[in-house]
Amino acid sequence: MLRVDIVKQLGEFSLQASFTSEGRVTGLFGASGAGKTSLINMIAGLLRPDRGIIAIDGETMDDTAAHLHVPAHRRRIGYVFQDARLFPHLDVRQNLDYGRRMNRLADDPAQRKRVVDLLDIGGLLDRRPGQLSGGERQRVAFGRALLSKPRLLLLDEPLGSLDEGRKVEILPYLIRLRDEARIPMVYVSHDVAELRQLATQIVMLRHGRIAAFGGVKVLPGTAP
Amino acid sequence: MFDISPTEWTAIQLSLRVATVATLVATPLGIAVAWLLARRDFWGKAALDALIYLPLVLPPVVTGYLLLLTFGRRGLVGAWLADHLGIVFAFRWTGAALACGVMSFPLLVRPIRLSIEAVDRRLEQAAETLGATPLRVFLTITLPLALPGVLAGMVLGFAKAIGEFGATITFVSNIPGETQTISSAIYSLIQTPHGDTAALRLVVVSVLIALAALVVSEMLARRATQRLHGN
Repeated sequence: MLRVDIVKQLGEFSLQASFTSEGRVTGLFGASGAGKTSLINMIAGLLRPDRGIIAIDGETMDDTAAHLHVPAHRRRIGYVFQDARLFPHLDVRQNLDYGRRMNRLADDPAQRKRVVDLLDIGGLLDRRPGQLSGGERQRVAFGRALLSKPRLLLLDEPLGSLDEGRKVEILPYLIRLRDEARIPMVYVSHDVAELRQLATQIVMLRHGRIAAFGGVKVLPGTAP
Repeated sequence: MFDISPTEWTAIQLSLRVATVATLVATPLGIAVAWLLARRDFWGKAALDALIYLPLVLPPVVTGYLLLLTFGRRGLVGAWLADHLGIVFAFRWTGAALACGVMSFPLLVRPIRLSIEAVDRRLEQAAETLGATPLRVFLTITLPLALPGVLAGMVLGFAKAIGEFGATITFVSNIPGETQTISSAIYSLIQTPHGDTAALRLVVVSVLIALAALVVSEMLARRATQRLHGN
């Protein structure tokens, strides 16, 4: 369960959002500039709300009234960025292992094998991020986030930087991720079709305010 | 001509020791300061920035004299260090290392700071979300990615330290075997009758050391860059 009730002023832009989502995949929908990335950065702990509360599974992450702010590195939230952000000086294997090492988790070869197989990245382990295609990079980024054993996975337009062909290549992995990994996700997108396929609940943002909240039926239009 | 005398050897060894110690001690401090200047905003940042660059623009004699006033046997810091920790800088090779370290510090810090500034902060954020504490973000992401700049800073600092003259001779004088580096030995030799040949030998040696430092730095930088970006 994800509970968000925050206010944040970013220069001229004001963001105000309040919702509670029980969904397995919460879709955060809106045009660019609607405040999607700011909101997800606050959930991750990279940005602090001016006022309000963020709680995950009943555990409070931010509560400005109580001066509580759990820093990003202690939230156990996996974050897949639009631009992958793989570490260029580490190979794929070390990138995948990074979250486990930083969280001091025991080595779990079975889990690693499951994730590597799920994302089909077994052949890339010895390569550097610079030697990967955009789609491969994004798949490794999914794996890296998953292997830190997060309690919530944030995906910020993970297909946004890919062309149509690559999107079609990645989407099935995401659906498998949703159905097999059993980690709640927040999926940010401005693409109606993507959200229709993945999300179970939608938060629609417009100009920093929640314009609609509900099932995928609140998404505009029926076009693919 | 190539018969290097014991006094000259001593000066060469001393120069190498002074520059190496100065560089090795200044590097961790330089990395910390470079990180502060590149990544943090704090009260007095402009003043710290200016203070670090001061030795670059002040006459070396002035820096040396200020060191003497501060770290000399009766200096504010020098007296305390001598009484409590038994560390004496005045007229010792350690003082020469201190003078070289201070004089080379701005040259050491600048490339490190630039290379830390060039590290993509979004990678640091990604590391944070993966559970890395600020210190581990620095050690596993920022520092390895800034490594070419760190090496460049170290070589530049070393080169400056080995050639330092003005501040060193002012602070710790020119004592053969204790504080006489290559530079001050050359200075003494060209003022001595028939010292030209010996001076020339030391000139050749300093050129060789400088060239070696450049070659090593080039090699290290190339290897570091390769390591960062895959083959």
